[in-house]
Formats: sequence, C-alpha cells, structure tokens
Amino acid sequence: MRKLAWLLLIVALLAWPFAVGEFYVNLVSQIFIAAIFAASLNLLVGYAGLPSLGHASFLGMAAYFSALLTLRLGFDHTLAAPLALAGTVVMAALFGLIALRATGLGFLMLTLALSQVLWGTAYRWVALTEGDNGLRGLTRPHFLGINLDDSTAFYFFALLVMAFSLWMIARLVASPFGAALAGTREQARRMSALGHNVWLIRWITFIYAGFWGGVSGLLFVYYHKYIHPASLSLTSSAEAMLSVIAGGSGTLAGPVVGAAIIVLLKNYVSAYVERWNMLLGFVFVAIVVFMPDGLVPGIKRLWARWGQR
Amino acid sequence: MTFDRRRFIQATAVTAGAGALGMPAIGNAQEQPIRIGLMTVKTGPLASGGLDMERALVMYLRERNNMLAGRKVELFVADSGGVPAQARSKTQELVERDKINVMIGPLAAGEALATDDYIRQQQLPTLSVAAAEDMTQRNPNPWFVRGTSTSSQCAHPLADYCIKQLKYKRMAVIADDIPYGHEMCAGFQRVFEEQGGKIVQKMFSPLTVPDYGTFLAQLKTNIDGVFLGFAGSNGFRYVRQFNEYGLRGKVAIVGGMTALDEAVLRNMKIEALGIITTCWYSAKLDNPLNKKFAAAFQAEAKYDPGFYAAATYVEAAVLENALKAVKGNITDKAAFMKALRASKTDTVRGPVSFDSYGNIVGNVYIRKVEREEGRLVNTVIQTYPNVSQFWTYKPEEFLKNPVYSRDWPPAKNLES
Amino acid sequence: MQFWVIQTLNSLALGGLLFLLAAGFSLIFGLMRIANLTHGAFYMLGAYIGVSILKVIPNLWLAALLGGLAVALLGGLFERFILRKLAGNELGQVLVTLGLAYIIADLCLVVWGGDPIPLPTPEALESPIEVGGFMFPAYRLVVVAVALATGIALYLLMERTRLGAMIRAGVDDMQMARAVGIPVSRLFTIVFCLGSALAGAGGILGGPIMSAYPGLDADMLPLALIVVILGGVGSLIGAFVGSFIIGFVYTFGIALFPQLAYVILFLPMIVVIAFRPRGLFGRATA
Repeated sequence: MRKLAWLLLIVALLAWPFAVGEFYVNLVSQIFIAAIFAASLNLLVGYAGLPSLGHASFLGMAAYFSALLTLRLGFDHTLAAPLALAGTVVMAALFGLIALRATGLGFLMLTLALSQVLWGTAYRWVALTEGDNGLRGLTRPHFLGINLDDSTAFYFFALLVMAFSLWMIARLVASPFGAALAGTREQARRMSALGHNVWLIRWITFIYAGFWGGVSGLLFVYYHKYIHPASLSLTSSAEAMLSVIAGGSGTLAGPVVGAAIIVLLKNYVSAYVERWNMLLGFVFVAIVVFMPDGLVPGIKRLWARWGQR
Repeated sequence: MTFDRRRFIQATAVTAGAGALGMPAIGNAQEQPIRIGLMTVKTGPLASGGLDMERALVMYLRERNNMLAGRKVELFVADSGGVPAQARSKTQELVERDKINVMIGPLAAGEALATDDYIRQQQLPTLSVAAAEDMTQRNPNPWFVRGTSTSSQCAHPLADYCIKQLKYKRMAVIADDIPYGHEMCAGFQRVFEEQGGKIVQKMFSPLTVPDYGTFLAQLKTNIDGVFLGFAGSNGFRYVRQFNEYGLRGKVAIVGGMTALDEAVLRNMKIEALGIITTCWYSAKLDNPLNKKFAAAFQAEAKYDPGFYAAATYVEAAVLENALKAVKGNITDKAAFMKALRASKTDTVRGPVSFDSYGNIVGNVYIRKVEREEGRLVNTVIQTYPNVSQFWTYKPEEFLKNPVYSRDWPPAKNLES
Repeated sequence: MQFWVIQTLNSLALGGLLFLLAAGFSLIFGLMRIANLTHGAFYMLGAYIGVSILKVIPNLWLAALLGGLAVALLGGLFERFILRKLAGNELGQVLVTLGLAYIIADLCLVVWGGDPIPLPTPEALESPIEVGGFMFPAYRLVVVAVALATGIALYLLMERTRLGAMIRAGVDDMQMARAVGIPVSRLFTIVFCLGSALAGAGGILGGPIMSAYPGLDADMLPLALIVVILGGVGSLIGAFVGSFIIGFVYTFGIALFPQLAYVILFLPMIVVIAFRPRGLFGRATA
C-alpha cells in the first residue's frame, strides 16, 4: 500500500511536465524551491525547537552572493554556486553564534533582528545591490550541458535538488546526531547533564539549516533570474515559518505540504479569488482549529482512526 | 467593488456578443479575441493605486464595448501583491496560461525590473506604469514602452519652475530612500543647480518610517522650499506632520508626481492647500477627453482619478491607437511594437508620442492644490509641453552620465 | 542646543506612541506566554474603527474608548473560541495569530479602501506650541502624557487591585495560582481583552500622527516586538522603559547616522539580547 503510493507519486512527478502546460510546470518548480526552504527551516523549528523568524537571511544571502558573483565579477556558475553556499554557511555560523545566545522568543527575535539588518543593508546599499530596484540580468546555469532556461529541464533539476535536500535532511534527523538534537529540544538540561554539548548541537543544526536554506536560495535566484530585498524580508521568513507549522513541524513531509499550499494560494488560487490574502488567513486558522499539529500529523491521525474501524 | 476575472470574462462575452451583431464581419485569422493582461496590485500596501489601475482600464474597455480596433478584447487581471518575485510568477501565468498578447503594468519599479528579461524572452509587448529610469535608458527593453514617465521626467520641469517662476534659490529635498526617490531628487537637483539654485540639504527616509518627527526637526528653515519625493501614503503623512510642527508658512513645499496624488488629496484638508506639485496628469486637465473621463470616473468611484487611474487609461488609449495602425493584427509582434512606438495619440493627459527608447514624450503639468466645490483638486497652473525623459539634454550626452542615484549628481552645496 | 531639545521631545513622543502600542502586547505575553502576532493588526483595526467612529462622534478620547472596546470584544472572542484550545502549542499560536492578522489586514482593505485616512487631531491641540524657539506639536506632548497616565493606571491595576494580584500570581506561577483557586481561564480572557483594547485604543490615539493606512500593521508589529523584547517580556516597567529607549535610539540614531536608518532599531536590540537574553527588566522565570 505504502509502496504503491510512493510509486504513484514518483510517476506523477516524472510525468507532470509532459502532461500539463508550461505554467503548471513552473508552478510546481516553485513549490519544490519553497519546499526545500521550508524543510531547512523545519530543522530549527521542528527538530531543534528553535523558532526562527529570520530564515530568509539564508535564502536571500545565497541568492545575492550568486547574483553578485556572476553579475559583477563575471564568475561562472560552477564557481559561483559553491562560493555562494560557502559564504552562506559562514554567515550562518556567525548568525548562529549570536542567535543561539537565547532560546524561545529571544531566539526568534534575534533571528528576526539579524535578518532585518540584512534586509536593511540590501535596501540601503544601493551601490552593491541596486536597492529596491533589485539585481536583474541574471542567468541560469547550464548543468551538465543541459540548458536550465527550459522550464522542463529546470523542473527536473529542481526536483532532483529537492529530493537530495530532503534526503540529506532526513538522514540528519535519523542519525544519532538527530536523536541528540531531539533530546535538546525536549530535555535540554538532561542532555547537558549527560555530557552533550547542547549549544554545539544547536549551532551545527543552525549551520546545516542555513546551508539548505542557501541551496533553496540558489534555486530561487536561478528560477527568477532576479533578486530583490523582499526575498530577505520578514514576510519571506514568516511564510516559510507558516509553511512549516501549517504542514506539521517536526515531520519530514509537513513543510513540503505547507509550502505547496502557500505557493498554490499565492500563485494559482489568487487568479480566481480576489481576496486570496484573506483566504490564506482563513486556511491557517482552519488548520489550527481542526489539526492543531498541522496537516500531515492531522491527516495521519484521521487515517489511523479510519483504519481502525 | 471590483471585477474578478471570471465575472469579467462573462461580462465581456455578453457585451461582445451584443456588439457583434452590429459589427462588420472580421477576417478569419483575427477571430480570436485580443487578450490583454493587466499586472496590478490588489492586496497589500500598494493596493490603492493598483485597484484604480484596474478600474480605469475596465472603464476604458467598457466604454468601447470591449472592442479595440474592431476586435473583441478579453482582460485578464493578475495581482502581484507588490512583490517583485510574485510579479514575475504572475507574468508567467498571464503569458503561459492566459496566452495574453499584450501586458499593461506592472506598477512598481522592482516589479518591472523583475520581469524585464522574461518580457524580452517572451517578446511580450508591455505598456508599463513603473517609473524605473533605466528600463528606457541605458538598458532599454525593445518590448517595453512606458506611458507614464520616468521618475525624474516630471521633476526636471518642476525645478525649472522653481527657479524661473517661484524664484527659489536655496532648497532642501527629502524622499523615500529607494531608487524611485533618489531618481526624482537627482533630476530635480540637477536642473535646479544647473540653473543657479542650491540644494543645501538632502534627506532620505526609510520607506517604512512610522513618524517623520525626527526629519522635520532637522529641516532647515532658512530655505525657500523643500522638494518631496514620496510615494504612496508617505507624502500624505509627511505633509500632515509638517503642518503639525508649525512649519506651514515657514517653508514652502513642492512635490514630485506621487507626493500629493488625487488619491490622497481626498483625505486631506487645509494642510495641503497651496502646495505645488508636478505630474503628467491632473484630474482637472481641461481637455475634452479628460473632462469625460474624470466625470465618468468620479461618478463611478466617488473620487477623482489620479496617477494610477490615468496611467492605465492612457496606456489603453495608446494600445488602441497602435492596434488601429496594424488593423488589429497583434500576432505580428514586431510590427505591432513598431506601431506602438511610432504612435501619436490624443489621451486624457494630452497628446503623447514615444522616444526611440520607448519612453513617453508628453506634457508635464505644474499643479497647485486648491479647494473647489468642497474638495481639494490639483489645479493646473503651467504646462510644459512635450517633455521627454531627457528634459532639454541631448539623449546621448544624458546617457553618458551614470543613472540618477543618491550620489549622482553629487551634492556640492550641502550645508551642515 | 535646539537640536537636542527638539529631538529629545521627539524621542519622548515616539516613546509614548510605542508604549501605547506595546503595553498590551507585553501584558498578554506576560501572563499567557502567547506572542500575539495579531497585535499589529489590532492596532491598525483600531485606527480604522476610529476613523469610522469619528465620523459620528467627533471626539478622539471617546473614540479611543469605544474603539478599544470594539477591538477588546474581537480579542475576547478570539481568545475564548480559538486561542483557548491551543494552550501550550506555541507554534499553533504563531500560525493562528498570524492567520487572523492576514484576515484583518485584508478586511480593512476591503472596508476602508487602500488610501491613507487621517484621524483628525482634537481642535484644541491642533496648533503647535513654542519650545525654545521651535514649534512642537501640542498633540504629541499630550500623547506622552496619555502614555504616562496609561502606564500609571496599569501599574496601579497590577499592584493595587485584586485582579492585578491574581494576574501577578498567574505570571509568577500558573500551577500555584490554579491551585489556590484563581479562575485562571477567566483571567486569561480578561487579560487578552485588556491587551487587545490597549492595541485598538493605541491605534486611535496614534491616529492623528500616523493615520490609518494599509501596512500600518506590518510597520508596527516589529516595533512592538522590539520594545517588549528589549524591556523584558511580561514586565510592565520593561515595556515602559523599552518604549522610551527605542524612542531615543530611533530619533537620535536617524538624525546622527542617517545611513543606518534601516537597521538602527535592530542593532541595539541584538547587542542587548545577546548579552541579556531576558531583556533589561526580564525576570528569570522561563
């Protein structure tokens, strides 16, 4: 049963670009990008119990690094991409040093403040970032001789990257390190007493989450071929946070489902429902009221109850 | 209050069906309706202008029974929320799903720049509202025309007016700290200083500033006037707080094209009276087309049309004119684009044409806020005819300079 | 000299505005441990409701009272029927409070339109008064006074009334409070109503300065968070001091370092939390 469902999903994802028009291909590519972004944040929110409201820093940072390296310094993507990710990881390490001085709401505010500083810098440092005009004229890489400007090629590229990212995130969660991480969320003091370095575990997770956030940022900037400070904004961070919670934090599938809902509402339903912003609000409220843990755990529970009958 | 897409298409089908009875037969190749996309903003802080853009465009099409140049048109409206990345996704939606032939919009500079390369790639004829200078200057997009103005296009004549008519010699500028604000101020400063004036103070406030008190307290009072380069609700709040601080009467205000738009004027009182602003439009423009439009808009919306309403109404007129020139055949995009750029159209803002970079050449009006029939209006006090984005400069020489910014032209007369 | 006097007054005025914004947020967080992310939307909703009330009753103070009550009613319903079920589910609270904020923001756009609408300044306070050769808006000084009065009233409420004693007991130790028979659930509703009322009334009292416009909610929410975090969550004095610190930092920061305008509020906050994670006046109880 389970295997059949997986098989169907894989077939559907592979067949999708050949079954529908370009618009729908691009729509799902955007879901892939948002899903990686949300899944990386889920490492913090769901598994580490650290609610970050500044995760857009890493998406935006990697995107800006890549844009500046290719646009200003003329670097090739094969060089720009690893450099951008390296830069993002360094930033994540630094941000982690500051943000992890607190937990809970203090952590939330520190991540928010750090990301706002980045946002403000991107807005204000016009000479480097073009400010509110954003950086345009960017390109997509040619990956193994495949031109990613083609929307189907990009779809499969994004699908591949997403699958790999989710697998890597799942591996971390399932590893002994992941078990220790779960321990720091539930019983930070006991973990300390047992000789674990709670701070270090959190810091490594923060950097790891930053790295995958950066990966989604690279895909984001490849997809749009444009980057604007809005991608670093509180709204952008909040959307990822909402994706994680709505889908179900601390589950592997949750962020993917949550990201899909938000992308679909923003970019698809909004063509039919004029007040889509309000609808988004109602969807959030409805999810919390009926499935307080998010959609994925909620549906699992329904499924289990149905199965018992 | 506004049309959603499905309702609008239904309405289109009904009216077009009724209209077709009286229309001459149309060639087979052209039976498909022309599909117009409107990229606007209907949610979030920029929604006010965006909703006016939609209302005016729908009015224009309705007045013509949804027929342009003898062909039925369908309108597809997309809401970007004012977010550049979303504007791009929404443009893809309009092109790839709705198969539009031509796009009107988007509204904001970042949105236009975010869609720039996609418009090139898709060869999508676009009539934009956004003011970002370089879209029609150093890096012009062949599929892009602008029926509104660049950021500085209306600021140049205002500076000239300040020197020649108002005899101002020393001024300050304050604007939103975004390229739109920088560009407006730079254009104003360049003309003002080249004609012997001095900009003695420059201030740029963050876009989301809750309160202008700290900026108002810094404003020099030994100057002739201050130029405001604000967008959205910021000009409105600045002017109100300016009044609060008792500065009214001590320092004169002159404003850029979105500082005191009709849209904010209707919620203002005495604090706005007498302020001089510049724009390519005023609801009080005395030409037959505008009298009809302004009255019809006022009847429907219960307020005067402003910048954004006029923008799409003008774009639609230009579009219709170009469509007539190619006899409704929009599928030959290159020929249509050529006709668009060569078009000369009488519009509600006066006669307009395009320069070789795709930017509009048209009148710029110096306006003064006055009270009329119990409401505030922008009365036109002087017309600068046929103003181009290059003002009186030669395009080649203008383009040799860097794009207008916070630091160019350099401010040499600042006093601390 | 004049610069320092005027900017000091500006700082105080901004601090007063911020306290009216942040007091309710702090109150709710202190007792209920809920970061009410609807707070900015409540503030904006208050301002818009004020616009409508002032058309009928042209008295700002009365409008603030009525508008505060209206928002309190909404807040009470929200707490009673939705938030109540999410006790302890912090992430659920984030989602639902942000969800409601989305709904309110879009609703305001539909009802009141997208253009900024001013709330008229009371006539008696319309003309500025002279301070050391410079004109300063009289209304802003009144805002400082109102903020002070609100602060004192809240202090008295907390320290001198039975209700306040119960709230303090709840803040200190929820389990204990329940055990000694304090009706914690009713207390929660009351506190949430009070916090919402403060947000709504704050929006109206700030209205003559800020006006009501779409995006007011998003402009204000981070400010409320900053003030409360800086001052220390759940501490009334912290919120009060935090408001004025931010007022000063922002006003002087922008005047002295204009190039840092976009980040000026966040840099000091990062420094403070990094060294005092609980804020300046935060208590050690988690």
